[in-house]
Amino acid sequence: MSEPVIKCESVYKIFGENAKTMLKEANGNVDAKTFQENGCIVGVNNASFEVSKGEMLVVMGLSGSGKSTLLRCISRLTDATGGKIFIEGQDLLNLNNKELIDLRRNKMGMVFQSFALLPHKTVVENIAFPLQIKGINTDESINKAMDMVKLVGLDGRENYFPRELSGGQQQRVGIARSLAVEPDIWFLDEPFSALDPLIRKEMQDEFLRLQEKLQKTIMFITHDFDEALKLADRIAIMKDGIIEQLDTPANIVLNPATEYVRKFTEEVPREKVLLIADVMDSTTTEDIGDLKVTKDEIIENVAEKILTQEKTVAVIDNNNKIVGSINPTKIINTVFGGRKNNN
Amino acid sequence: MELFKKYPKLFQWIFLLIVFFALCFAIDVPETYKFIRGQAEFVKDPNQSTFVFLGKEVRYYAFDVFWRLPPLLGWLPIWINDSLFFLMNDWMPMEFWNEDTQEYKTRPLVLQITRNLTAFMTFLIELIREILLGGLETIVAFTSWDWIDANPWAELPGLPWTIVAAGSAILAYKLGGRGLAIFAGLAMTYISIFGQWKPSMQTLSFILVAAPLSFIFGLSLGIAAFKSKRVEKALYPILLVMQTMPQYAVLVPALVLFGVGDHAAVIITMIVAVPPMILLTLLGLRAVPPEVIEAGRMSGCNNWQLMFKVLIPTARRDILIGVNQVIMVCFSMAVISAFIGAKGLGFNLLLALNQLNIGLALEAGLCISLIAILLDKMSLAWANKQVDYFGNLNFFQRNKNSLFFGLIIIVGIALAYFGSIYFKDGYNYLFEVPHNKGISTAGFWNKGVDWIFDTFFVYIKAFNTWLIVEVLQPMRALYLRMPAIATIVLVVGAGYLIGGTRSALVVCGLTLFIALSPWWDRALVTTYMATFGVIVSCIIGFTVGTLCFQNKHFTKFMLNVCDIFQTFPSFVYLIPVMMLFGITDTSVLIAVIVYATIPATRYTIEGLRSVPSGLHDAATMSGVTKFQRLFKIEFPLAFPHMMLGLNQTIVFALFMVIIGAFIGTEDLGQYILKALSDKKGAGIGLTLGICVAFIGLIFDNLIRTWVDKRKKHLGID
Repeated sequence: MSEPVIKCESVYKIFGENAKTMLKEANGNVDAKTFQENGCIVGVNNASFEVSKGEMLVVMGLSGSGKSTLLRCISRLTDATGGKIFIEGQDLLNLNNKELIDLRRNKMGMVFQSFALLPHKTVVENIAFPLQIKGINTDESINKAMDMVKLVGLDGRENYFPRELSGGQQQRVGIARSLAVEPDIWFLDEPFSALDPLIRKEMQDEFLRLQEKLQKTIMFITHDFDEALKLADRIAIMKDGIIEQLDTPANIVLNPATEYVRKFTEEVPREKVLLIADVMDSTTTEDIGDLKVTKDEIIENVAEKILTQEKTVAVIDNNNKIVGSINPTKIINTVFGGRKNNN
Repeated sequence: MELFKKYPKLFQWIFLLIVFFALCFAIDVPETYKFIRGQAEFVKDPNQSTFVFLGKEVRYYAFDVFWRLPPLLGWLPIWINDSLFFLMNDWMPMEFWNEDTQEYKTRPLVLQITRNLTAFMTFLIELIREILLGGLETIVAFTSWDWIDANPWAELPGLPWTIVAAGSAILAYKLGGRGLAIFAGLAMTYISIFGQWKPSMQTLSFILVAAPLSFIFGLSLGIAAFKSKRVEKALYPILLVMQTMPQYAVLVPALVLFGVGDHAAVIITMIVAVPPMILLTLLGLRAVPPEVIEAGRMSGCNNWQLMFKVLIPTARRDILIGVNQVIMVCFSMAVISAFIGAKGLGFNLLLALNQLNIGLALEAGLCISLIAILLDKMSLAWANKQVDYFGNLNFFQRNKNSLFFGLIIIVGIALAYFGSIYFKDGYNYLFEVPHNKGISTAGFWNKGVDWIFDTFFVYIKAFNTWLIVEVLQPMRALYLRMPAIATIVLVVGAGYLIGGTRSALVVCGLTLFIALSPWWDRALVTTYMATFGVIVSCIIGFTVGTLCFQNKHFTKFMLNVCDIFQTFPSFVYLIPVMMLFGITDTSVLIAVIVYATIPATRYTIEGLRSVPSGLHDAATMSGVTKFQRLFKIEFPLAFPHMMLGLNQTIVFALFMVIIGAFIGTEDLGQYILKALSDKKGAGIGLTLGICVAFIGLIFDNLIRTWVDKRKKHLGID
């Protein structure tokens, strides 16, 4: 596999006056409590992970878990206290100011929870802002911005001011602005948290549609576990600055690593999250029925069909080749079994 | 004992008061003590003791330390004064090229700097003044008098008043719509027709120079303070003192540094107007949401782009509110600067008041008020105006205002030309209505004043006498009867009970400065006048505010009234009171009460309004009556904000008491006024100003600390 786009090696972010020296003395063994007694607050504690090209990593955690801080370290809106961060092989923490600005102007885009639009600029001017900052002339940047306006479906409103738009529309502007410079890396900091539930769902679908088309490398921050499951290629669950578990949504639901993670997964409707591929047996038995299901189906969609079968059901891939099998009881076990509260 | 445990604070306060009164009764008035009448301290009295500090001789009465502290800081004004003179006349002499005499001349550095600054300011003021009124000076500055003699046509003609009036109406239309435009046009026409054009334009040119300069300085310093904590920390105490320092105490040192005239006034105006601009810039930049800054950074802004393309446009409204403040401060300084010889409406007002010509004073005062309201409304409209989108308009739509103004200029010039033919022998009324050739109402007003005096003299006199004999004099005697040590114990004790050791130390320092200065008695008189004003103002303000709050329309109306009254420069308030009560302490106090009632009313209403509507509903649903709601819910919650109003009331009252010196008082203000005409007054004026500022700051510190604590306790912000 090629080089990861984002690579973090034991990144620390500690707030406080003597953070640097304390971190050195701690020798890689940071305990939030002892730091707090000395007037330091641990934001991110030993985060290591990689994000490869075109992948979407969702960082999920409750407020104060350090997820936004982690994102700000990687975008270098704040400087990490320790550790190393590489963006496409470049050592981010060693970039000088000019190189950093260059990186942001060409490679990174970011969407914010509160939209963070400039109140004195129209929709199209807001979107053209990063282009103009880069030094692209007005006409060209406005033309480019108009493409973005169309991409996020705001045509006809390009001359509105942010104050005249609804929350969902404002966030569309925020998304368009972050995409204007065609960045490779896309940061989204709780982009849909400030929206109403219905609008949120609509925006999530829209976002998936965009990602399908654009294939950016994404770090997406959320406090909503369902949102994480819906969007993520992989999920990192954070608590008190520590990444508790980093895995695919299916693995997190099926094998929560810690008690904390398990609490989140308890209420998850598994049939809506898991694919057939996640629960099938990769061995095929002789005693197989006529029904075939594709491995990329979500359980919910085919459960009824499978449960009416008496025999084991064959699982096929896209080329119609049998890759495994699934027994109706397995479906029942997956959906209803293995939960403490349901006993 | 149980009671004691329940209300520990109450008993601490009672204990403090007991100690205070015990001290008051225990310490007798020393026999040598007497309240020195004005001027007496310059005459050497054989009873006085002297001491020498830093080579300065300081005289004082050998008071009992408990009664009055010796004026150990008496050397300070003298020292400030000498230092200033040394700086101006002897420090760092250097060779400078002199344009006029074409030779090198030795001059002290500071003197050279101030002279250059002065020349620059004079040039700017003259330039604007001559654009508005016409004149020679600007052209002379670029050429020479000889050249002017050879070319007599070279003179800036000045704008006809019709153009200026119509221009301001167009500007008002652009900023605030039709209503404001009509008001602007009418106000300017009124000024012209009633013959106040020239002084008004002089005042306006003063503001047009002072306000932009103050804005630039304030904005830059505000940005610097935003960027660096160290700059902010260095600026903070200066900002604090400048906010409570009476504007007119700053005039005195300016006199020494820059001399008399408009230029000195502009420079000193900047010193007064910059602090609020700094504060509002800082406030505005702080209020920019962090995510917007991050969005700017992620768009790849460098620091410069971040400041000018993201931060400042986002903070636009706060910064423009700062501009509004700057303009209003500049305007009130333009009036007060008449004391150091600035031309314009203020000067006419001062002259009229000096001659006791109330009619003339009223005319000037009316113009001042009109311009103040106009400037205030226009700058506020600018701040509240949302940016509009111009992209899909054509050239004419986009530039209709400027095109219209161009048309106005042509029409105005044509009119003026027509006027020059029509009014061949007299004054060209379509160009400029000369001062005192317009319609004058002074006679009418003077007759009115005479009538009031003739009709109500007996009652006014009786009221006056009663107030002075029965209320004011006993109150003053009580204040003067306080031994210094008792006052200090009271103030420091209050500081400790309210804000702990830190607060106690701060107020102790502030009080000691005043107590050790030679003007403790004066400070007591100032405090007594301010106290009287504040008590009455608060009673009126809280009552009126509470009553108005019961009805939405009254509330709005009252807030508007407060807005308008607040825009008037404090000096204007002296006119009507002098008209009614003549030259007495009562006049000053009534002016103080009127002026200080504004913040008291405003903060009462705002405080009551800030009570969350949810609580209002919750109370109604628990079945409270209107009075129960007012006393159990609204007052307790609004009280912290109302206390901030008290704070403002104190500052306003102090300002007015000081200005009241013009009518004749015996307090710190009177000494500042005297320092103005004293060649060695700079040090005295500044020290006195600091004393007044410190009185304000003592209360400011106590009230603010209490309010912060109370707000935290109530969980409101």
